[in-house]
Amino acid sequence: MKKTTLLALSALLFSAHPAAAQEAPDVLVKTVTLEVVDLITKDKEIKAGSRAKLVQVIEAKVLPHFNFTAMTALAMGQSWNKATPEQKKQLTEEFKTLLVRTYASALAAYSEQKFDFRPLRARPGDTDVTVNVRVMQPGAQPVTLDYSMEKTGSGWKVYDVMVGGVSLVANYRTEFANTVRNSGVDGLIRDLQKKNSAMEKK
Amino acid sequence: MKCPVTWLALAWLLALAGCATTGEERDPRDPFEGFNRGVYAFNETFDDYLAKPVATVYRKALHVEIRNRVSNFFGNIQDIFIGVNNVLQGKFEDGVNDWARFAFNTTWGLLGLHDIATDMGLEKHNEDFGQTFGRWGVPPGPYLILPFLGPSTVRDGTGTAVDWAVQPVGEVRPIELRNTLYGLYFVNTRSELLDATRILEEAALDKYLFTRDAYLQRRRSLIYDGQPPREKLESP
Repeated sequence: MKKTTLLALSALLFSAHPAAAQEAPDVLVKTVTLEVVDLITKDKEIKAGSRAKLVQVIEAKVLPHFNFTAMTALAMGQSWNKATPEQKKQLTEEFKTLLVRTYASALAAYSEQKFDFRPLRARPGDTDVTVNVRVMQPGAQPVTLDYSMEKTGSGWKVYDVMVGGVSLVANYRTEFANTVRNSGVDGLIRDLQKKNSAMEKK
Repeated sequence: MKCPVTWLALAWLLALAGCATTGEERDPRDPFEGFNRGVYAFNETFDDYLAKPVATVYRKALHVEIRNRVSNFFGNIQDIFIGVNNVLQGKFEDGVNDWARFAFNTTWGLLGLHDIATDMGLEKHNEDFGQTFGRWGVPPGPYLILPFLGPSTVRDGTGTAVDWAVQPVGEVRPIELRNTLYGLYFVNTRSELLDATRILEEAALDKYLFTRDAYLQRRRSLIYDGQPPREKLESP
C-alpha cells in the first residue's frame, strides 16, 4: 500500500517536471538566472523596492533547484549528526529562509551587470559538477559565481554557491560550530529564527 | 612626511602585542581576536558616521556611467603593478597582458576612462603584493583588522604597505590634486561596496566572523587565481 502511494507520488513528481530531469546543469543555471534577472529588471514592484515580491520570485523560480538539506548538513559539519530529525527540519527551514533572502539581495544588486555563462567542463557521466558564471564589473576583475551541483532523481540540484571564491556554505561553518558549542543545536535554531525575524521587519 | 603614519603603525603593533592574551577556544587563524574586534568596532563606527553616508551621497549624485569611468581610471593605474606582480609570480604572459591593457586603455581609452582592452579580449586580473608573497609560499600569519582599511593578515598587510609605497598616484603634484585623487579613490571604492556590505548585514549571524572567514577564503582563492586545490566539504 505504502509502496504504491510512493510510486504514484514519484510518478506525479516526475511527470510534473519532465524537463528538469534531463536539462544539463549549465543550461539550467543560465535559463534560471536570465529568467530571474529579466523578471527583476522588469517588475515594477521589485524596482520600487518590494522585498516581499523579490523573495516570492526567488522562491518560485530558484528554490526548486537548490538542495537545502544538503547545504544545511554541510554548513553544520559534525554537529549535523547531533541534531534530531525534528531539529534538522527546523534548521533546514530557517537556513533556507536566510539563504533565499541573501541570494535575492545579491541577484538584485547584480541584475544590471552583464553575465558571462562559461561552458561546462565535465565528462558526460559526471554526477557532481561546478557551473561557472562571471559577472562583469567596471575597473575590476569579473566576479565569479560557481554553482556546485549534484545530479539527483529530480534533476540537478545546487548544494553550494561560491562567490568570488568564497563558499557560502563553508562560510557559515565557524559561526554554526561556535553557536552549537556554546548553546547547543536549539541555540542555533533560536539564533537563526531571531536573525530571520529581525530581517523580516526591515 | 611618512613619520606620523610610521608612529601610528608602531603604536598599533605594540597595542596588538599587549592584547595577545590567551583565552578560551581561540581560532588558531585569529589569535588577536579580542583586539581585532576592537578595531573592527572602531571601523564600523567610522563607516556608519562618515564613510558610508559619503559613499551613499556619491552614488546618488553621480550617474552610474560616470562612476564606472572613475572605477576604470583607477583600475587602469593598478594594471601596471598587477602586471609587475604577475611577472614576480612567474606568469609572464599575464604580465604582458596587463601592461598591454595599460598601454591601450591609457591612449585609446583616454587615460583609462574607457576599458577598451577588455573588449579587445585582454582580460583584467587581480594581483597585489600580498598575493605574490602567498604565491612564494609565505603563510598568511595571524588575521588582522587594519584601522580604516579592514580585514587583512600579517602577510597581506605587509603586501598592502608595499602596494601603497609603489603606487604612482602618490607622486602626483600639486598635493591638492593628489589628495583629491586619494579622496575620490576611497569614496568610489566604498560606494562600489555598498551592496556587498548590505548583503553581509543580511547574511551574517556574527558579522565579524562572517567577514573574517570570507576574507580568508577570498585571499586563498585569489592566490591560486580562482583555482585553489579543492577542499571538498566532507558530508557529515
